Amino acid sequence: MALKTIILIGGPMKGTRFRPLSLDLPKPLFPVAGFPVIYHHIEAASKVPNMKEIILIGFYQAQEDLTKFIINVQHEFKIQVRYLQEYTSLGTAGGIYHFRDQILMGNPEYFFVMNSDVCGDFPLVEMLEFHKHRPAGTFCTILGTEATRQQSLNYGCLAENKDTSEVLHYVEKPETFISTTINCGIYLCSPCIFEPLKRIFKQNLEENYNFDFNTPNKEVIRMEQDIFVPLASTGKLYVFHTTRFWSQIKSAGAVIYANRHYLELYRDTHPDRLAKNGEGKPKVIGDVFIHSSAQVHPTAVLGPNVSIGKNVMIGDGVRVRDSIILEGAMLQDHCCILNSIIGWNSTVGMWSRVEGTPNDPNPNKPFAKLETLSMFDDHGKLNPSITVIGSNVQVPPEVIILNSMVLPHKELSGCCKNQIIM
Amino acid sequence: MKALILVGGYGTRLRPLTLSCPKPLVEFGNKPMLLHQLEALSEAGVKHIILAVSYRAEQMEKELKNVEEKLGVKISISLESEPLGTAGPLALASKYLTVDNDPFFVLNSDVICEFPFKEMIQFHKHHGKEGTIIVTKVEEPSKYGVVVYDAETGKINRFVEKPQEYVSNKINAGLYIFSPSMLNRIELKPTSIEKEVFPAMAKDGHLYAMELQGFWMDVGQPKDFLTGMCMYLTSLRQKNPGCLYQGPGVVGNVLVDPSAQIGKNCRIGPNVTIGPNVVIEDGVCMKKCTVLNGAHIKSHSWLETCIIGWKCVIGRWVRMENVSVLGEDVSVNDELYVNGGRILPHKAISDSVPDPQIIM
Repeated sequence: MALKTIILIGGPMKGTRFRPLSLDLPKPLFPVAGFPVIYHHIEAASKVPNMKEIILIGFYQAQEDLTKFIINVQHEFKIQVRYLQEYTSLGTAGGIYHFRDQILMGNPEYFFVMNSDVCGDFPLVEMLEFHKHRPAGTFCTILGTEATRQQSLNYGCLAENKDTSEVLHYVEKPETFISTTINCGIYLCSPCIFEPLKRIFKQNLEENYNFDFNTPNKEVIRMEQDIFVPLASTGKLYVFHTTRFWSQIKSAGAVIYANRHYLELYRDTHPDRLAKNGEGKPKVIGDVFIHSSAQVHPTAVLGPNVSIGKNVMIGDGVRVRDSIILEGAMLQDHCCILNSIIGWNSTVGMWSRVEGTPNDPNPNKPFAKLETLSMFDDHGKLNPSITVIGSNVQVPPEVIILNSMVLPHKELSGCCKNQIIM
Repeated sequence: MKALILVGGYGTRLRPLTLSCPKPLVEFGNKPMLLHQLEALSEAGVKHIILAVSYRAEQMEKELKNVEEKLGVKISISLESEPLGTAGPLALASKYLTVDNDPFFVLNSDVICEFPFKEMIQFHKHHGKEGTIIVTKVEEPSKYGVVVYDAETGKINRFVEKPQEYVSNKINAGLYIFSPSMLNRIELKPTSIEKEVFPAMAKDGHLYAMELQGFWMDVGQPKDFLTGMCMYLTSLRQKNPGCLYQGPGVVGNVLVDPSAQIGKNCRIGPNVTIGPNVVIEDGVCMKKCTVLNGAHIKSHSWLETCIIGWKCVIGRWVRMENVSVLGEDVSVNDELYVNGGRILPHKAISDSVPDPQIIM
């Protein structure tokens, strides 16, 4: 049996809510818990027995960061990884259909489809087991999880037959309540899924094709609206439930949340990646990842929920909590970083305080997910969020940067609170 | 010679500090505010000092006993049963002020400056009229009542409240010397010396102004308390640099009680006063702050423009700024941000105070 995994990585006009971080690096490559977002997907996929190939589909121009990443993961996981570039944004299913020959090469029995803007402890092996036991001719199993009634409206919602797990009804972001079971953006497909894909593709072509150069052709196929909605109740679509950690990664704030959970997973999966306390080492509280090339002064205190990137320098008496410090950043003596992301090669001066406001899910509500707040409130004021310092920013000594976003290559001159610094 | 100090009431403007300690005993530059005046008066040869108070504070009266001995002066308390304004207390204390025919001083208790008492006596005797008031130059006279006087003789023509057009940049500094005959102008009832008595004296040609040299500040509220502290330390640098602290990591004028401990890798100053038994741990940065007796500031914290009350404990990586004032025995947890917080005594702060507010 051969298996493949498709990871949908999107393109440059996606991930805008992730700015200013996505100005420097494609969002799927942003490091969470020390490794790029899709590294975690690839790692999960590579653990499934008989996984033969991992295909990244997106519309980023071929670029060095992505190429380097692919070489590294191929080497590390000993599996073929390729990037197939769409000529334009084709939608969540359009790219899969477009590259069908590549995907079907080697006759995979099934293939996973993973969106790159989600993170979690993906139960791929269990999904596979579940899918194998569905009736012959099943197109797809969707990974589903529970959400609150309120929050379910922001996701794809599905109603199922509780006995057979068949999806009876599917709506993307409904206006009124449908079900608390939501689509996790992780699918396991049988090759026969290309039948409906082909049908939709042709239908789109026929309905929309014309000789008027003013109206663009409709080439986009959306997995959710174009495939799942009509396939519900046909006996071809099933849902597999997970109660493990899962979240979307839409905003920069979500990264801090994802970071915490991936670090927590390391306790079981990779205890070696978590920093330990010891003589001559910085004090570590809770789960902390420190890249081996980072230089951290032994009087610094890190954690919980902290990732320190490559070649980062951390001075005397620095405090970092619930934050990600990206490659090449420098944190000078006595500074304090809370709920923030410090960009590549940025510097935070002595005794400065960089602080954001977390918007973690309500811990008192079962199944509550991270809220993706809009950036501004009803009065046009910036909602408190985590603080993001873009790349190559100089934060001077002794200032406070609170609930702010700082775009790359800025030299700040003073304090800023609840501001976006262009 | 004699002096009357207008101590007044509860010192509400300097809360939360004055909730634990009578205002005259709050340390300014590591010395009770009142002591600055008492010492200067004693230096100028004053032997009897009357404190006009509208409430009794045992703690203060006990403290004054020690001061009497130390300075060799007699201190009397003149207690108002009802607030008498700024002039009424003179009538109430007239029995002390009229024992002889010598002139006497009257002081607002919140004033900090280089007290020119000897020059005042000379100036007052020279013109021979009923009163002399000290005036000081300010940058924005439109905020105050200004004094218009003859530059040659010092004779005051008039007072103008909050002038809309420039008439003078000199304001009443709250330091006076009067001849006893001036007391005939005051009745025992609530009266304002500035608004009711002085204009009449000026009209009669009995009031003269003498300009103050050097710094002056009314330190009755926290922001001015800190500004006054900066001025006071600057003046110490000129007058008595030996009493300022020297050590690694010290920037500018810093006053440190010998019993205080300061850790490594700190940056203290400019304009910091550290009281007795204070502990400053490693890596602390402080500017324009007063830290009172027994407070403890933990590592890596950053404080600017703050007054830290007695026995407070400030956690590690705390940032505190913008005229934050902590009453007695307040604790601030690690890693918090306090922006302009006025925190009442004995509070434990466990959440940041991102915007100026009073924590009850």
